[in-house]
Amino acid sequence: MPTDANSLTDLGVREIRDGVAAGDFSAREVAEACNAAVASAEALNAFIVATPEKALEAANAVDAARAKGDALGPMAGVPIGMKDLFATKGVQTTAASHILEGFVPPYESTVSQKLWDAGAAMLGKLNMDQFAMGSSNETSYFGNVASPWRKAGSNAAMSPGGSSGGTSAAIAARLCPAATGTDTGGSIRQPAAFTGICGIKPTYGRCSRWGVVAFASSLDQAGPMARSVEDCAIMLGAMAGFDPKDSTSLDASVPDWFGNLDADLRGKRVGIPREYRMDGTDQAILDSWDMGAQWLRDAGAEIVEVSLPHTKYALPAYYIVAPAEASSNLARYDGVRYGLRDLPEGAGLQDMYAATRADGFGDEVKRRIMLGTYVLSAGFYDAYYTQAQKIRTLVQRDFEAAFEACDVILAPTTPTASFPLDSLNNDPLTMYLNDVFAVPASLAGLPAMSVPATLTAEGLPLGLQIVGPAMDEQGVLNAGLAIEQRAGFTARPDRWW
Amino acid sequence: MSTYRIHGATGEWEVVIGLEVHAQVSTNAKLFSGASTAFGAEPNSQVSLVDAAMPGMLPVPNRECIRQAVRTGMAIEAEINAWSRFDRKNYFYADLPQGYQISQLYHPIVGEGSLTIEADEKAGIPEDKVIGIERIHVEQDAGKLMHDQHPTMSYVDLNRTGVALMEIVSRPDMRSPAEAGAYVRKLRSILRYVGSCDGNMEEGSMRADVNVSVRKPGEEFGTRTETKNVNSVRFVMQAIEHEARRQVDLIEDGGTVVQETRLFDPNTGTTRSMRSKEDAHDYRYFPDPDLLPLELDEAFLAECRASLPELPDAKRARYEGELGLTPYNARELTAEVETFARFETLLAETAKALDKNEADVATQVANWSLSVAPGVMKSLGDEGDAAHATAARQAAILKMQDAGEISGGQAKEIFERVLREGREPEEIAATEGLKQVSDTGAIEAEIDKIIAANQDKVEEYRGGKDKLFGFFVGQTMKAMQGKANPAVVNQLLKDKLG
Repeated sequence: MPTDANSLTDLGVREIRDGVAAGDFSAREVAEACNAAVASAEALNAFIVATPEKALEAANAVDAARAKGDALGPMAGVPIGMKDLFATKGVQTTAASHILEGFVPPYESTVSQKLWDAGAAMLGKLNMDQFAMGSSNETSYFGNVASPWRKAGSNAAMSPGGSSGGTSAAIAARLCPAATGTDTGGSIRQPAAFTGICGIKPTYGRCSRWGVVAFASSLDQAGPMARSVEDCAIMLGAMAGFDPKDSTSLDASVPDWFGNLDADLRGKRVGIPREYRMDGTDQAILDSWDMGAQWLRDAGAEIVEVSLPHTKYALPAYYIVAPAEASSNLARYDGVRYGLRDLPEGAGLQDMYAATRADGFGDEVKRRIMLGTYVLSAGFYDAYYTQAQKIRTLVQRDFEAAFEACDVILAPTTPTASFPLDSLNNDPLTMYLNDVFAVPASLAGLPAMSVPATLTAEGLPLGLQIVGPAMDEQGVLNAGLAIEQRAGFTARPDRWW
Repeated sequence: MSTYRIHGATGEWEVVIGLEVHAQVSTNAKLFSGASTAFGAEPNSQVSLVDAAMPGMLPVPNRECIRQAVRTGMAIEAEINAWSRFDRKNYFYADLPQGYQISQLYHPIVGEGSLTIEADEKAGIPEDKVIGIERIHVEQDAGKLMHDQHPTMSYVDLNRTGVALMEIVSRPDMRSPAEAGAYVRKLRSILRYVGSCDGNMEEGSMRADVNVSVRKPGEEFGTRTETKNVNSVRFVMQAIEHEARRQVDLIEDGGTVVQETRLFDPNTGTTRSMRSKEDAHDYRYFPDPDLLPLELDEAFLAECRASLPELPDAKRARYEGELGLTPYNARELTAEVETFARFETLLAETAKALDKNEADVATQVANWSLSVAPGVMKSLGDEGDAAHATAARQAAILKMQDAGEISGGQAKEIFERVLREGREPEEIAATEGLKQVSDTGAIEAEIDKIIAANQDKVEEYRGGKDKLFGFFVGQTMKAMQGKANPAVVNQLLKDKLG
């Protein structure tokens, strides 16, 4: 068994927790190795705050529990990163914004608490797009995150995707075996695809939103990101569960997803949505999609064509619903009770609001607040918000109809591979198109995951997306596992950081 | 039909009134957080993470608040919407931590209902009148700004933030300040009966937004103004009077009423402009995505219905019909929960003590409860302790009176001593000589003496001077030191004088 620091950071969730349980190495050794990896990777800017002492403390507790013969949790000894959208008690939580800079919550989010209860250890708070708004991790107040991947023969910094870009970069760079992400319109799946890792957004309501800084409440969903399907299954099991503190939480038991992983897809039908063959999609993406279908056929599945006729309206509808909710959710950052307060000399309440919010929010956040405010305004509400909600219903019905004909849907995760940082900054619409394949499942609240498929000719990862019916994370994970086994994706970025 | 009119230079004007009453739901916890709702606590001592709108906090509906709103809706015989939804009303203010109020614009929990205000000739309400209630919805209260704590800054107290309110919206069915006053009183009475709101306007647990417009009788509705947060029945009536007069004067001077929000100044009894329609917020209402639609099942609704008490109208009808009380007594006794509760306890106790039906003693108990007992208590003031006035003791007094053992005056005296000293009525009557003499022998002896001493008057009386009967009664009572049973005295005198 590997015991040197480098090989410890190569291990996944299952390998670490089993190795710790078996006594092959201590949780402390793993935590130290990951702490060192985090400390040596500042060039990636994946973490906003590192908490090495917390990682050690939790690792020591696991080692002590093991020594006493206590039962160990499903994540025991696994150091993870925590996206900075999750409130962590006593540790700064900013959603990568200036307006929350220095904010230290006196409470712990349900999901992070469940992970600590399962034995996981916190390496730090991961960088992200500000308030989870972005697809490139360039909207963080704390600077861009650089992907560990680069195009062959180029030194240009590439985007790790977003908004969970700190998460994807840290996992791909082997700073941690797994980390939390959140997905509102692709924020787990797109960065996973860009960095050659796995990530699953479960059914809306599986993971509690309590203590997660809200972007768009009806869409926000936490999920795990890791380097393998089984690691995602283990970690999702630790994160999910009914929470009476979240009214939209699903009151359903959490299946043993890891225990029921099964890549044998005989008797399963995999749907290929006709409308996802869009203009402007890279040929490499289309090729990987065909390849994915072939892999699933190899695993025993029948491939069927399905139709999701309202797909082209999904992205516009998303960019009405999500900003509308965001414009309201972000109203609480007003300088009155916590976070940034700009109080110019002689200013009144309105001036304080204006100054605080002008200074505290980044451009993309402001853009979405303005969009959302506009679409909810008197005279525009019906034309935008009401219409968008109707589209949302139609998109949901599309999926319901499609799942009459198939068990899971296979699609590309993104229309392109990663792009260089700064290349799309002045083109928000093209940036938004990154999530064109991801957004429909978000609008429908369905479980969806991205698994790595292959590398482009330039050496950048591509992912494939599997979408399942509500509550069927197992079907999604199983199809993901079938792809993973056949893709044989072992590529890793060359270390430059 | 109300005949209330504003007399203007161009003739008579009718006033049209609608009320939006905000009633704080009587629960221990807030609408969406577990924080306490007690009044008068230290500032910011009853604030949860949800109330302070900390990042990532989520609302969870408080079942009891929903239940009280539904019960209130049932009490006004309203349609209960088994499916309702919460919406966000977005605006920035320092007393609103979330930056939005969670309310119900599109799908309120309670739909169309009504209540009846009673005829009151003196107040210009000639007959009972049904006032329509458009809806009741549930929403969060805001916090409180304090401007007098610091020379340049305002302070915020979030204790009230998130407390559950019912907004009860009437139809524009009222036509006079008196009708509006009667509506608020009736509504408050119903809320108190149901127990869904304590109706305490001084503490702000009930307040009204007053919509007023004027028109020439028979014409279309005029433009209305809304006067916010009026917190007593008297102020509601004052605000209407002032606002109606102001609108009439304005129109008759060639101006037009603008739709606007106004503030009532209790010191001057006037209203002044707060903001016009042009400055009105665009609240950007939309369904709260943190909350699922509220779906009420049959079992829940059935429990709500079963838990409703007898309501004011039904109780009043029963007091008149079954107990035989006068309309006045029935109305007085049913106006407030405390009043009818005391009455019903004493009624039961008295009926038991006298071994009679409640209907047979109801009038006696009603008179005692409404007039005799309050009179004694009032005259004693602080010298009496109301805690001494148990139903059992009062019933004991009424029993002695009913049996002719004590007179009405003695009943008062005994009750006074009960209040002062906490002693038992029977013991007071026995030891303090507060019993009237019904012993015919003793009274007859005195009467015989009086007849003997006043033969001339006896002759006059027998000759047809009936007025003299009072003289004999007076003489007898005097001889008996006021302790003779008047009924017995009367009977004996009639017998003896022939």
